[in-house]
Order: sequence, then structure tokens, then C-alpha cells
Amino acid sequence: MKNEWPLWEIFIRGQHGMSHRHVGSLHAPDAAMAIKNARDVYTRRNEGVSIWVVEAQHVAASSPSDKGPLYEPSESKVYRHPTFFDIPEEVGAM
Amino acid sequence: MYAQMIKTASDGVKSREDMSDEERAFQDKIDNDIKIEPKDWMPDDYRRTLIRQIGQHAHSEVVGQLPEGNWITRAPTLERKAILLAKVQDEAGHGLYLYSAAETLGESRDELINLLHEGRMKYSSIFNYPTLNWADIGAVGWLVDGAAIVNQVALQRTSYGPYSRAMIRICKEESFHARQGYHAIMAMAFGTPEQKKMAQDAVNRLWFPAIMMFGPNDSESTHSEQSMAWKIKVKSNDELRQQFVDQTVPQILYLGLDLPDPGIKWNEERGHYDFSDPDWSEFFNVIKGNGPCNTDRLAARRKAWDDGQWVRDGLLAHSRKKAAARMAAE
Repeated sequence: MKNEWPLWEIFIRGQHGMSHRHVGSLHAPDAAMAIKNARDVYTRRNEGVSIWVVEAQHVAASSPSDKGPLYEPSESKVYRHPTFFDIPEEVGAM
Repeated sequence: MYAQMIKTASDGVKSREDMSDEERAFQDKIDNDIKIEPKDWMPDDYRRTLIRQIGQHAHSEVVGQLPEGNWITRAPTLERKAILLAKVQDEAGHGLYLYSAAETLGESRDELINLLHEGRMKYSSIFNYPTLNWADIGAVGWLVDGAAIVNQVALQRTSYGPYSRAMIRICKEESFHARQGYHAIMAMAFGTPEQKKMAQDAVNRLWFPAIMMFGPNDSESTHSEQSMAWKIKVKSNDELRQQFVDQTVPQILYLGLDLPDPGIKWNEERGHYDFSDPDWSEFFNVIKGNGPCNTDRLAARRKAWDDGQWVRDGLLAHSRKKAAARMAAE
């Protein structure tokens, strides 16, 4: 509909040094108002100490149909995980 | 229940043989509890049904602010007032989470609000009942939000990712709503005889409207099968209603109040409480728009929307002017 406020994606960083995490979206006329609204909607119970807002139309996303080509190759590369390697107990923690 | 009588857009559940390859892959994902995400392929009817259900759910959150907002300025203590204010603010947030979820399906919030204001979408029947006094506010938090929790806990497992995530967020906050309501009713039930009488009256009036929130009996619920197969709906109306009755009856008894329905009786054999059916003709009448407050609620919504128009326009004009100035400076 015309004259609808644009949609913003909201990212919040919690208290304990975690990275910003996507929590949802909301409408706002500009970035400053998006931050104000995000504060009211998404941090009413001490959920965060920092807010990022990004206008939704600027988010580029991978396509669901690319799931195979993008993520399947890593399935066959089990040696990328530490548990692939058996280390003798005598060596100690590693 | 916050979404009642959602007409599933479908001609009935298709057999696997009748499904296209896309439909079969889609149904397999649902059967394996893999969430459907906004950009994934989905049948048009799935999309349409979800928009109806999530939209009605969102409208219920927003319209639900009205009966409670009615008592903010008349709360008996400053603490109760601050609590009620926080609760009503939560409801606005819940509406927003849900409109956002609906939006990922391609229907904007303003479009949905417009459909509500034109009377082409509904909200839960419960909000067409009045809140006559302070006891009603306690009973609404306890019974209405309590019923909402039963429904929404089940819906956390719904198949559409954004809807499920909205439900998880909402459930975390909803428990505060039910508990603050019960706390307010406790104060009255254990208060003076007059207060206890008010608490009893509120429970008596709101009991049947609360159990109507789950929608008609399963035998009358014609559109459920496809919604269940799609996991848009996770439990049947009657299952949810029974669960609500079972958890609520002991809470009424704890308050020392009389049960609001003489038909409530523990059934040893079933392991559940028996209870009377509400007057379904009243339910259908309220749904049709003839409840005690339908006209008031919709009028209040439209007025809020119209009165806010200059704010929305002003802020948008301001942001466009700023953006134009920035462009010119670059």
C-alpha cells in the first residue's frame, strides 16, 4: 500500500558478549525511529544492550533452491571436525 | 482460538498420488517437522489459509487491548496500574510479531489492518464482551490469556517458521499475563465479601465466553482436516478446550469460588473434567457481529487508525525530506 512505512529487520545483542542476533522486524519511517521502536518492542525485559536495524529491502538472502549446492559439500568433509582424529589417551587433553 | 473458524482454503486433503512433485516434497517436509520458511515453495492454499489465521490472530492481540485499556486509569493501586499498562503494551507487541509473520507471506500489515477495519477479517469472539469492573480485568488475564496460552503453546510447533517463532516469543511473555490476572483475582477472592462476590460474578460471566475461544466442537469444525495435515493447526478445538478446563478448574477451587458451570465434574474413567457445552448459538451470533461490543470495538479501532494518520504521514514526509537532502548533498 502506498505511504506504508518501510520494513526494518532488527538485531539485538544480549548481555553476555554474544553477537547481535536477528529477533524480528517492524515498520518505521526511518532508522532513528526503527531503533526507538525496536527498543520498545524487543527489549522490554532486559533482552539486550545494543540494537542494529537494517531496512529489509537491503538484505540479500541465499535462495532455498541452492541448499544442495551450497551446503551439501561440507557433509563429506568430516575431517574438519576435531572428533575425526583419535588421539591416544596418554597424550592428555588436546 | 485467537484465530477461530478459519476457513481453510482447500478442496480437501489430497492423497499422495494426486499431489504434484512440489506438493509431495512440501508435505514430506511438514511430515518430518521441517519448518516451512518464507521463500520456500508452498501451495497457494497453504499461504492463503496462513494469512487468514495469522492475520486474525494479530487482530485479536490488538483489539484485545481495548477491554483492558478501559481500566488502566481506574486500576485500584498504582502497582496494578503499572502492571496492566505493561500487559496491554505486550499485546501491542504480540500483534506486531504476528503482523510481521503474516507479512513474510506477502500481505502487508496495512493491508491486513484495512481488511479488519472494512469488516472483512475477524478477531477473537472473546473481545466482544465488556469488562464491567475491576474483577473482570483479573478474570480476563487469568482465563482469556490462560486459554490463549493453551492454544499458543501448541502452535509453537506449527509448520510455518515465522509463525512458530512468533508463538515462542509470545508464550514467554504470556505467562506473566495469566499470573498477574490470577493474582488480581486472588486479592478479591480472599478479600471482603463484596470483593469475593465480584470475583465470582466475573468468573460466572466470562467462563463460557472463554471456553468458546477454542471454536466450535470438532464435529462442527469442517475445515480442520487440511489445516491439521499442514500443521497450521496442531491440536483440535476440543482437545485444547479440555486441556484448558482441566487446568483451570483446580484454580477456581483454590480461590474458594463456586464453579461457573454445574456440569463440571471429575470423570474418573476419562481422567478429565466433564463440562457443559457453551451456548453455541450465542457464539455464532457474536462471530456474526452481534455481540455486546462488536460495534464499539471496530469503531475504536477505526478511530485510532484515523486519528493516527497525521502522525504516520508527518513522520514519513520528514524521513523523505531528510533522504532527499542527503541525496542532494552526495
